[in-house]
Amino acid sequence: MFILNIFFVYIATVCFGILVNVPHRALNLDGIVGVLGWLVYYLYVNHFGGYIGGNFFGTFTIGIAGVLASRYKKLPVIIFNIPGLVPLVPGGQAYQVMRDMALNEYGLAKYNLLQVAFIAGSISAGFLVAEVVNQLLFKARHYRSPRHYHRDKLEKIEKKRHR
Amino acid sequence: MPKPRTKKDVLVVETCLLAGKIMIENGSEMSRVTDTIYRIAENAQAYQARAYVTLTGIMMSPSSKIGAQIAVIEKRTFNLEKVSLVNDYSRQFAEHKITLQEFHSRLALIEKNVKDFPFWLQTLSAAIISGTLEVVFRNNLPDLWAACVVGMLGWIAYYMISKYIAVQFISEFLAAFVVAVASVIAIKLHLANSTDDLIIGGIMPLVPGVPITNAVRDALSGNLVSGPARGLEAFMIACALGFGVALALTIFK
Repeated sequence: MFILNIFFVYIATVCFGILVNVPHRALNLDGIVGVLGWLVYYLYVNHFGGYIGGNFFGTFTIGIAGVLASRYKKLPVIIFNIPGLVPLVPGGQAYQVMRDMALNEYGLAKYNLLQVAFIAGSISAGFLVAEVVNQLLFKARHYRSPRHYHRDKLEKIEKKRHR
Repeated sequence: MPKPRTKKDVLVVETCLLAGKIMIENGSEMSRVTDTIYRIAENAQAYQARAYVTLTGIMMSPSSKIGAQIAVIEKRTFNLEKVSLVNDYSRQFAEHKITLQEFHSRLALIEKNVKDFPFWLQTLSAAIISGTLEVVFRNNLPDLWAACVVGMLGWIAYYMISKYIAVQFISEFLAAFVVAVASVIAIKLHLANSTDDLIIGGIMPLVPGVPITNAVRDALSGNLVSGPARGLEAFMIACALGFGVALALTIFK
């Protein structure tokens, strides 16, 4: 069952890549990134317990693997992050919130809604920490703020003019 | 020292605006767009260029003496291949492999030449996503085939409605409705065991993955205009999906 699940996660990630039209040469690596993230999530949830930690470390793995893959293939990072995230999305709990609300069971709905909120929060926290690690460890190109862009070149031009 | 408005400045602005427009329309994050625009300007020796990028429009001026130009962005779809192509061209331009004129004409051809994956392949993938994720999330192997069919119906509804009706969020709403109705019917006909599992699987292809990821990345890069806007988009899509399912369940339960 475990092996089957890994296989299914790979296929699902690749297929989501097809739905958002990623380039052909990225499809295989998409699947691998998705499987890595889901594996970390699955092992964490089964060994330590707790969705929040599982989602955090799963997303963290996706963030790191995404940057490595994007450097290898020279493609934008989001191409690997977006499909990789799909197996971790709290679709089940989000659905249960709506079902319970539709069936007038507000207590259960509140319980599931809190769970969805915390999972979403841990997913963004995972991305945040992955971003920090990428900048520190891999010296990933972080986007410069606009005012740093042309400063040195403008200074050179000014100097030439004064001569 | 006022500079006259040259042809090259106009071309730089046109190229930057077109590149930014293509990237935003096809689901890039804002910091990448800003970065690409400034890089193009830098490589075209327009060192005084300034740009202001939001989710719904780009403003850019090539130098302080020339008025700014605007590009309006009205539609947003997902085609990450176009985003990566613009990236590639920008990289080639930085390495002087193509000229600015070539860059601009290639960008103009992207809309026409780069196609989405064909409809049948997308439908097939939607079906596979539904079936496999239903098994992964709920460990319900016997319902695999039913979930595939339900997800396929939902995707066909989504695709057709968003093609012919230009109202935002209605396609997600009706597609979720179709998924829920199909699941209830499948249970009534004893083709599957669990309505919940079928609906969870069937909705997965419609999950707003691109807006969620971009909202997080935009907000983290400090873009407080576009990050929340993307987040709102993702939230509205999620709500539309939820209301569609809830409506179908209240009617058919």
